[in-house]
Amino acid sequence: MKFGVVVFPGSNCDHDAYHVIRHVLGQSAVFLWHKDRQLQHCDAVILPGGFAFGDYLRCGAIARFSPVMEEVARFAHRGGTVLGICNGFQVLTEAGLLPGALLQNASCKFVCREVTVEVENEQTPFTCALSKGQRVRMPVAHGDGNYFIDDEGLRRLEGEGQILLRYIDNPNGSRANIAGIINSAGNVFGLMPHPERASESILGNEDGRGIFESLLRSHAQ
Amino acid sequence: MIARVVVTLKPGVLDPAGKAVQDGLQSLGYAEVQQVRLGKYLELTLEASDRSAARARVEEMCRKLLANTVVETFRVELE
Repeated sequence: MKFGVVVFPGSNCDHDAYHVIRHVLGQSAVFLWHKDRQLQHCDAVILPGGFAFGDYLRCGAIARFSPVMEEVARFAHRGGTVLGICNGFQVLTEAGLLPGALLQNASCKFVCREVTVEVENEQTPFTCALSKGQRVRMPVAHGDGNYFIDDEGLRRLEGEGQILLRYIDNPNGSRANIAGIINSAGNVFGLMPHPERASESILGNEDGRGIFESLLRSHAQ
Repeated sequence: MIARVVVTLKPGVLDPAGKAVQDGLQSLGYAEVQQVRLGKYLELTLEASDRSAARARVEEMCRKLLANTVVETFRVELE
């Protein structure tokens, strides 16, 4: 399976994602510069964590207008698999590829620690190697992870099974303890925790690997 | 022409930073402060002659980039 990892100025988890795909999972990976206008026939695109364009104005607000994002949007609308991690999740909401918005943490503090999330829907390409109700631990590191959506939007997410991960110990005040959501078409997933930082035993945690294993499994089918 | 843009969170969207400022003011003895909403202020210098056309353009900029209308509202003043 071939993954494209988008690199914005200020991305800082791009190499972590690349490393996990290439060296841990043994798959193919390429970097996609934010000015690129083609996705090199990737099967999936990852928008990595970081601080694209310094988080100026709002997290992800400038990055979403990068040339590569036009291609990512086209790819997503054709059903292509897109995974946004942390800053990548923020970019996806700003781009309108996922509903809602990510606001400043309720504590007004940057939070950097491991959290526990529960898998709520395992019938997606991003979670099919996990099981419903399974609790996984992954690190978070963000100042703006407080997911907000209005009442009607929340009802829709709940009703359509679009909430894939919920915090057991909510670190940021996000609505309904939401840690990760999928779009209604089921091919775009954004989450605040970092699966790419928890995919190797040498790092003391392999729980995040389930997200990548899910993508491989669904791609093989 | 100068356009002054103020962006704030919509009513009903929690503003933890605004709340922290409110708590600060109250602890200084300003008990009358009922609420603080923190926002952004942007000043745009424009090359424009037609005020209503300029306003329409700046409002478009707000909707596209300067504000995230999912959670924020904006106000434009021209000088």
